[in-house]
Amino acid sequence: MKKLDRNQMAARVARDIAEGSYVNLGIGLPTLVADHLPKGREIILHSENGVLGVGPKPAAGREDEDLINAGKEPVTLLAGGAYFHHADSFAMIRGRHLDFAVLGAFQVSVAGDLANWHTGGADAIPAVGGAMDLAMGAKKVLVMMEHLTKKGESKIVERCSYPLTGARCVNRIYTDLAVIDVKPDGLHVVETVEGLSFEELQRLSGVPLKRLLTAA
Amino acid sequence: MIDKTFASAEAALADVADGASIMIGGFGNAGMPAALIDALIAQGARDLIIVNNNAGNADTGLAALIAAKRVRKILCSFPRQADSWHFDRAYRAGEIQLELVPQGTLAERIRAAGAGVGAFYTPTAFGTLLAEGKETRRIGERDYVLEYPIHADYALIKADRADRWGNLVYRKTARNFAPIMASAARCTVVQVREIVELGALDPEVIVTPGIFVKRVVKIGSSLRKAA
Repeated sequence: MKKLDRNQMAARVARDIAEGSYVNLGIGLPTLVADHLPKGREIILHSENGVLGVGPKPAAGREDEDLINAGKEPVTLLAGGAYFHHADSFAMIRGRHLDFAVLGAFQVSVAGDLANWHTGGADAIPAVGGAMDLAMGAKKVLVMMEHLTKKGESKIVERCSYPLTGARCVNRIYTDLAVIDVKPDGLHVVETVEGLSFEELQRLSGVPLKRLLTAA
Repeated sequence: MIDKTFASAEAALADVADGASIMIGGFGNAGMPAALIDALIAQGARDLIIVNNNAGNADTGLAALIAAKRVRKILCSFPRQADSWHFDRAYRAGEIQLELVPQGTLAERIRAAGAGVGAFYTPTAFGTLLAEGKETRRIGERDYVLEYPIHADYALIKADRADRWGNLVYRKTARNFAPIMASAARCTVVQVREIVELGALDPEVIVTPGIFVKRVVKIGSSLRKAA
């Protein structure tokens, strides 16, 4: 089978972001989606720290320490962009104004529970940032993650063993193996990577999957 | 004549007492009022309760305040970072209490304090560790968690320009928590790059009206380049 690399996963997510969408991309893997948004589609990126219309990275030497994204990396502002304070920024999130939040994950459950903020380890220092707000607030929550842990265990699970970020909040899961919709009656496989059968995906995932009846 | 300008950061923070609760603006280094924090470190108040999105970066600003063992408790959303070593050490040594708050809930609790709201229900964190022990309520089709405002004795924030009435405009994402913190604290102290004549700020673009501001200090170009 041909597993998707990080950029291919980002490009796959980007394909599903429609013209005119307001989108928040989480820190880490989801940030890559920005590089793959189809040219000519007008999509407005939101950052928790008070920006709509986040543009690409500035050229070297053109960074402005007052203009950063939620990952604290220097960014630029597109024409038409706007700045606002934190309470307004999270009103946009919590108030269901964002069309999509793309988030990374440790685990997603069959019911769409998301775990992505804390391993729960005794020595781990917890940090949550805006993840819980995004999980509960965005109209659609898209998760992007590798299908399996380094040990080969499925990150799609019956019940999350890590502390939850949000309950029943994930709409679609993009992994390096498949695209899977979370629906009230379970997980529906939308597509699999080349050379991976539904049966093999089912075996690797360890949770019940449904075959989407219509072709992807 | 109203004149909220102070000659120095030291003068503006002279009355901070031990045990004070202090909101500090900034998201990472953007909007962090570095000169005010340096003055607070020099001033000596201890046993502080700090509200900030993070828990300090590298060795300056809030990180230096924590390193100086002056912070009893911190309320923040994202303490753990690659360069939060002073907080990490203090936390693991049990020297600092952490109240971890989801970022939007942190912002809204601050906003609620400034707006005189007694408490509010938010869907954020329902069903998670961060809602444990909190009152919840089902309203319509959704479940909510009851959250209370965060008040503070002081807010230390950074703005770009001010006038002597304390009207403020900010620069880019350095705005972040500053406007809501200004409204939530009993005494808001602002470091600014420039103080302009009354009337020079366009009333249509003033972000924080002076009613929320008590003290303004000009620090010159306060941009601090990362090492």
